[in-house]
Amino acid sequence: MADQHPGPEALLPLPAAAFHILLAVADEDRHGYAIIQDVAARTGGALKLSAGTLYRSIQRMLEQGLLVETRQRPAREEDDERRRYYRITAYGAAVARAETRRLAQLVRLARQRGFAPGRA
Amino acid sequence: MRLYRALLHLFPASFRIEYGEEMCRIFARRREAASGPLRVTALWLTTSFEMIPEALQVHWDILRQDLRYTARTLGRSPGFAATVVVVAALGIGASTAVVSITDHVLVRALPFPRPEELVKVWQKRLEYTRFELSPVAFRDWQRLSTSFSAMGAYTPMAANMVSSAEPARVDGTRVTAEIFHVLGVQPLAGRLFTADDERESASATLIISHRLWQTALGGDRGALGQKVLLDGEPFVVIGIMPRGFIFPNRDAQFWQPFRFGPRDYQDRNNNYLAALARLKPGVSLPAARTEMLLIAAQLDRQFPNGDEGNSANVVLLRDEVSAQTRMLLNVLSAAALCLLLIACSNLANLLLARALARRKEWAVRAALGAGRERLLRQMLTESLMLALLGGALGVLLAVWAAPLLVRLVPHTLPIAELPPLDVRLLLFAGSVTLVTGLGFGVLPALRACGGTVATNLHHGDRGGLGGRKQRLRSVLVVAEVAACMLLLVSSGLLIRALWRIQETDPGFRREGVLTLRTALPWPKYARTAPRFQFYNRVLEGAQSLPGVTGAAYISYLPMTMRGGIWGVKVAGRAPRPNESENASVRFVTPGFFAALGIPRKQGRDVAESDTMQSLQIAVVSESFVRRYFPDKDPLGQVFEFSFLRMRTIAGVVGDVRVRGMERDSEPQVYIPYRQVQDGWFTFYAPKDLVVRTAGDPMRHAPALRQIIRSADPEQPVSDVRLLADIVDADTAPRAVQVRVLGAFAALAFLLAGIGIHGLLSFTVSQRTQEIGVRVALGAQPRDILGLVLRESLVLGALGVTLGAALAYAAARALVSLLAGITPSDPLTFSAAIALALAMTLAGSLLPAIRALRVDPSTAMRIE
Repeated sequence: MADQHPGPEALLPLPAAAFHILLAVADEDRHGYAIIQDVAARTGGALKLSAGTLYRSIQRMLEQGLLVETRQRPAREEDDERRRYYRITAYGAAVARAETRRLAQLVRLARQRGFAPGRA
Repeated sequence: MRLYRALLHLFPASFRIEYGEEMCRIFARRREAASGPLRVTALWLTTSFEMIPEALQVHWDILRQDLRYTARTLGRSPGFAATVVVVAALGIGASTAVVSITDHVLVRALPFPRPEELVKVWQKRLEYTRFELSPVAFRDWQRLSTSFSAMGAYTPMAANMVSSAEPARVDGTRVTAEIFHVLGVQPLAGRLFTADDERESASATLIISHRLWQTALGGDRGALGQKVLLDGEPFVVIGIMPRGFIFPNRDAQFWQPFRFGPRDYQDRNNNYLAALARLKPGVSLPAARTEMLLIAAQLDRQFPNGDEGNSANVVLLRDEVSAQTRMLLNVLSAAALCLLLIACSNLANLLLARALARRKEWAVRAALGAGRERLLRQMLTESLMLALLGGALGVLLAVWAAPLLVRLVPHTLPIAELPPLDVRLLLFAGSVTLVTGLGFGVLPALRACGGTVATNLHHGDRGGLGGRKQRLRSVLVVAEVAACMLLLVSSGLLIRALWRIQETDPGFRREGVLTLRTALPWPKYARTAPRFQFYNRVLEGAQSLPGVTGAAYISYLPMTMRGGIWGVKVAGRAPRPNESENASVRFVTPGFFAALGIPRKQGRDVAESDTMQSLQIAVVSESFVRRYFPDKDPLGQVFEFSFLRMRTIAGVVGDVRVRGMERDSEPQVYIPYRQVQDGWFTFYAPKDLVVRTAGDPMRHAPALRQIIRSADPEQPVSDVRLLADIVDADTAPRAVQVRVLGAFAALAFLLAGIGIHGLLSFTVSQRTQEIGVRVALGAQPRDILGLVLRESLVLGALGVTLGAALAYAAARALVSLLAGITPSDPLTFSAAIALALAMTLAGSLLPAIRALRVDPSTAMRIE
């Protein structure tokens, strides 16, 4: 599958919502509500994804091959069988890394201009 | 929760089905987390506000996806895409062009403030419902009427204008000062006329059009106050009208005020004013009409006018469109919509065939999880995209084609030649496109998605035969043939009517005659002596040209001016009910009848010796004799001819169609050009030169100009054209309509042919196996041919029968345009039926050949 995708740079810059979703599913498979909560927690409540934005992003990311849907639920979520879980793909991880590099590069440039504290 | 589910319907169904449950669950969690009514309300508010843009974005995502898919699939079959786009463009373009012209002429509000209040006020005399007013009648009406906030009068005129370049003839209008206030317009610069401008002692003033300002006066603001020479007299320019101001018709380039003196108010029969008025707010048209009828009746009692009962007629300015123009445009609009319908059914057929052919593809997509709604949406996107492309091309086509139709825009309305390309036109084209796209997209989409996935996958290419889909396609083809038949018959009938009219004898020989106009300006030529000298020098010069066999002057050529109708009185003859006692008057030089080829029947031509000192004579037409002196020898008879008093008939000539080929004309009276006194009837002073030549008449034009220049270097020459062109121009609106209608019929013919071809090709390909089996079982080529042709002939015959019935009904409605051709004209009908059947056969030819070529062994191996 991976060789069908364009290079990770082709999808950059990644929409903010998509990047946060990738971060949320980086270490474990999550369902929609868990992603929203994770994003909100990690950004200190600054970014609260709405359900519509979440699933619109997820639909696109599924098409782009950044995510896959998985029915293998972790055992502790036994209470809800129909819930859908999302897992990051290798391609998704590559795109997330590329986006991180792009952002880091941007921050370095900004620092050189004295826009941010830290090493020049 | 139910509300939330309802809101979810904003999203596309595919998205809702996929994620709706999850979204509900998330919302439920949030709801639980929110404590207190305030928080719950806030949650609801934010959720619903977020939902709309989100839903739109999801729709947009899908649209983009579908468009990409559509572009890919259409790219794979460019022939199909091109056919669909061109067919849609033809339908949309034709209807947009015709409807925009029709809207322009018949519907759109006139370009003045509150145009619904503008009315024309006419006199009514016997069969004339639009008779001009005399200055005295206008003054009385203006004074006595209370229905109008203002009433003004005008009359078209033309003047010779000498600017730096060649002297030119410019059309203008003489108006009373009220006219501009009636219209409610303001000048671009300067001022409008006031009552002061109408005084006989005031200096001559002029208002000019934007175009004249730009062309003759250099578009400079300094033009205000400048002097312009019109017919040799200086006029001060006091106002410039804005660009796009048109009144009373698109030719008028300047406006000059009337200056009525006591003399103008003496004669109640000197009718030449058109009256325009504005209804007072709250006064209805019928109320104004009633008032004017009362006023006219009162004046008629006060100033009895002999035998004629004068009455009044008030009509909306918007309705100053002849019944014929209205009819021509309505017929064209109907035809254009008919063509659009044919195009749509053809497109539906094309898409249906394609949908059936692609059923396997759809089934595969459905099996991969695409919902029915998603597939439907995809197909609609495809058809709408094709329609949009077709619509864009169609608008271009309409813009390109509109100038071909300007001959249908009448001169009687103050509107531009061409409808402006505006929002209305684009809206119309847009909605037609949308309806077309949905119309030919929905049916095939519904049909194609109708079957279940399993059956479609299973049946593969073989499904659909003889089922409802096939029946639908047959119905579409029958409708196409019927509509095509309708267009063929109506255009056929109108072509025959046009031919009949063009074959009508105008009363003169139209070939080989060059005409031009030298309108002699007044007062330079108010005296007769310089006028006669001018005529003689020009005519002598013209007659000496090699190849010229006759040359003469007349006041107005037939079909160039329809007015000039004067009253006739014959001693001892009682007026007949419903028959006007009128004749048209023209002044001619000797040799006019010979030059135009009007046959002389009795007596003599007018002569140079017919002067004011000799017997006052007239040459009359045969219909004049029939009406006023039946059963008598006309020569030497005397009649009273309005201003010209007693006239003795010296000669009788053939009748001429003064009012044009399609209308009955009044009897004609010709007066010798020398039997007038200084300052008399300058309006009727001979101005049209006719020159009959052997060979091409146009080659004499430069020499004639030279002769006129040597007679009077300041005299402009206008309207240089062939007599044959004048006659053709008389039927031009009809000719344009017939040509457009003929083009529509040809397109309909082609489209219906394509429709039949498409249907049969599909049938044959579907039945390849069956045909193969039949051939294997010993069927002869004749049998196979019969199999294919039977279907097409049944459809063709059904369409022709239905179409013939429709066409007959349509022709009955057209009867006023048919010039005596009966609506059931057998020649037209049989020709149309033959054409339609020929088209059916031609459409089935290729599929039939393909059926004959079916090789049984290959056909049966396909499975």
